[in-house]
Amino acid sequence: MHSVVCIKQVPDSAQIRVHPVTNTIMRQGVPAIINPYDLFALEEALRLKDRFGGTVTVITMGPPMAEVALRKCLSFGADDAILVSDRAFAGADTLATSCALASAINKIRENMPVDLIFTGKQTIDGDTAQVGPGIAKRLDYQLLTYVSAIREIDHDNREIVVERRAEGGVQVLRTKLPCLITMLEGTNEMRYADMDDMFRAARYPLKLWDRVAAGIENPDVVGLKGSPTVVGKVFAPKPRNKRAEIVETIDNDPKNLAATLLAKVFTQHPKLEREIARLAK
Amino acid sequence: MNEPVKKPARKKVEVDPRFVNYKHVWVFIEAERGVVHPVSWELLGEGRKLADSLGVELAGVVMGPPGERTRAICGEAFHYGADLCYLVRDEALHDYRNEPYTKALTELVNTYQPEILMLGASTLGRDLAGSVATTLATGLVADCTELVIEAESRNLASTRPTFGGSLLCTIMTQRHRPQMATVRPRVMAMPEPDTSRTGRIVEHTVTFVESSIITKVLEYIPDNLQDKPQLAFADIIVAGGRGLKKQENFQLVWDLAKVLGAEVGASRPIVQAGWAELDRQVGQSGKTVRPKLYIAAGISGAIQHRVGMDGADVIIAINNDANAPIFDFAHYGIVGNAMQILPALTDAFRAQIAQARKAG
Ligand SMILES: Cc1cc2nc3c(=O)[nH]c(=O)nc-3n(C[C@H](O)[C@H](O)[C@H](O)COP(=O)(O)OP(=O)(O)OC[C@H]3O[C@@H](n4cnc5c(N)ncnc54)[C@H](O)[C@@H]3O)c2cc1C
Repeated sequence: MHSVVCIKQVPDSAQIRVHPVTNTIMRQGVPAIINPYDLFALEEALRLKDRFGGTVTVITMGPPMAEVALRKCLSFGADDAILVSDRAFAGADTLATSCALASAINKIRENMPVDLIFTGKQTIDGDTAQVGPGIAKRLDYQLLTYVSAIREIDHDNREIVVERRAEGGVQVLRTKLPCLITMLEGTNEMRYADMDDMFRAARYPLKLWDRVAAGIENPDVVGLKGSPTVVGKVFAPKPRNKRAEIVETIDNDPKNLAATLLAKVFTQHPKLEREIARLAK
Repeated sequence: MNEPVKKPARKKVEVDPRFVNYKHVWVFIEAERGVVHPVSWELLGEGRKLADSLGVELAGVVMGPPGERTRAICGEAFHYGADLCYLVRDEALHDYRNEPYTKALTELVNTYQPEILMLGASTLGRDLAGSVATTLATGLVADCTELVIEAESRNLASTRPTFGGSLLCTIMTQRHRPQMATVRPRVMAMPEPDTSRTGRIVEHTVTFVESSIITKVLEYIPDNLQDKPQLAFADIIVAGGRGLKKQENFQLVWDLAKVLGAEVGASRPIVQAGWAELDRQVGQSGKTVRPKLYIAAGISGAIQHRVGMDGADVIIAINNDANAPIFDFAHYGIVGNAMQILPALTDAFRAQIAQARKAG
């Protein structure tokens, strides 16, 4: 069985600061990490390999420094890694990104059929959850988003049964391989890298594919040119112009603070008091 | 990637002659087992404004199994502002599955050509929107928080958070139609339904061959509504964060919530520590909430938390650090130890409620 896992190197958005004057992102010193949701996808692919054998290939579209993320995946146990990198990809939106990745996966398929493609449910920088569906549509793979568990795989009939998070419940779906799965978070913890894999990962000759190697003849379908969406203004959210009214009492005793707060809130929001009386049982 | 890219100043855009036939604003009405997701009504409220400012009609797109229930959803859509509904009924659309829904929506778009198509950023909406945008090769902007029509170009300007909410960016789809956007539940206000409104139904037939639809639904396990937290629609939420320090202390949040008849929310570290279920996480990677009252105890107010809750009407923050970011956007604050303030608040609310009840 051959799984391809799509990952992305992202800035650790918890550590991003916005410049107070220029409203631009201050990326300096912000560590790059593997999109945390992608690790659930990678772990799931590795578990399938543990159970059924086969190969796990990781792939990313990104700048040359994304190599670090791929080597990390190799150290967790991925077998092969491909970095799809070209200046022509710069400025890609989700449609153009799915074009580049789908095309590269198509190339991978020429050497070895791909049974499963995994992605995380979304990235933490873009947050769109659109690239997975885009790849599936382009390759005409069945799409299973927000998968929380793979129940079974029937190799003889090339069938897979998964649990998928829906809005009001869980759908149990059966489909045929090949398919694309976007993995939900919290389904499995990423394993630790073992020493041998870490050494192998450091030395591994990962593949570097430019646009042409990734099988994209027309440069206009990728990058900024291949992106229907255009980013205009980028700005910081408006700060609320008033800071919280801090409630204080002379003694700052919790009981008095609580009473003072309630009196204040209910005077200024009389409707809220009625609402609370209604809701409280 | 949807990353902000530095672009030269925008030129004045003319309406592309290829798009003259693309008219109207559409909202995909999401129904699971005959129950409409409220985000669809919120989107109709927003869609009404867009349609009015373009001077075009607002349509709902309703899909589902044959039968009266699916048709009845159109009637509800009229109450919430739709002028007409496109209705597709077929056995293949009984449960949501990507393949038949993508096929039906793509076909409707190609036939009737809307200029704007909006879906909820729910698990269903995101699954469908990403697929349909790819098959139509058009732009899709996820998780918009503001949608406006640019006067001179008639283009849709969609504003969305990026980099985990630390920045906003405005995105346009100028050279493709339809312009697609998803919006999270509870981000737009729920419109007042007007039960006297009606509209036209355009029933459209799509041909499905069940045997060639590859994915099958074996089972559907509904969340037990009694047990599942319904944070998105709670009127009052009491939420706790890492400032509560120990799992036992999280009980204080439950105690106050119980007195208030409120839902319990949590910041991400609490969920990761296993003190609360994932469904209780408020924020960028959790739920967006819009309660009348949000009480945050021991929560710093990181941007990823803030984007999920700062639509609350009244925010009360309890934090022992007077410089915690949450005080920059809460309405009321107590600087103090949450382990002492929470029980005091619980008592004070209990007394207040008892008094209000006595007064009738
Ligand atoms: C991609 C991404 C997505 C994320 N998504 C979310 C999300 O959806 N929701 C979310 O909440 N977070 C999210 N986060 C995490 C977020 O960045 C913060 O780390 C998190 O919100 C902090 O939680 P906290 O305020 O409970 O904890 P802390 O930041 O540790 O803050 C604890 C606060 O408690 C106060 N405190 C300490 N002791 C006491 C006391 N005795 N009494 C009163 N106050 C006290 C402290 O002063 C401090 O302000 C996300 C992060 C990333 C990178």
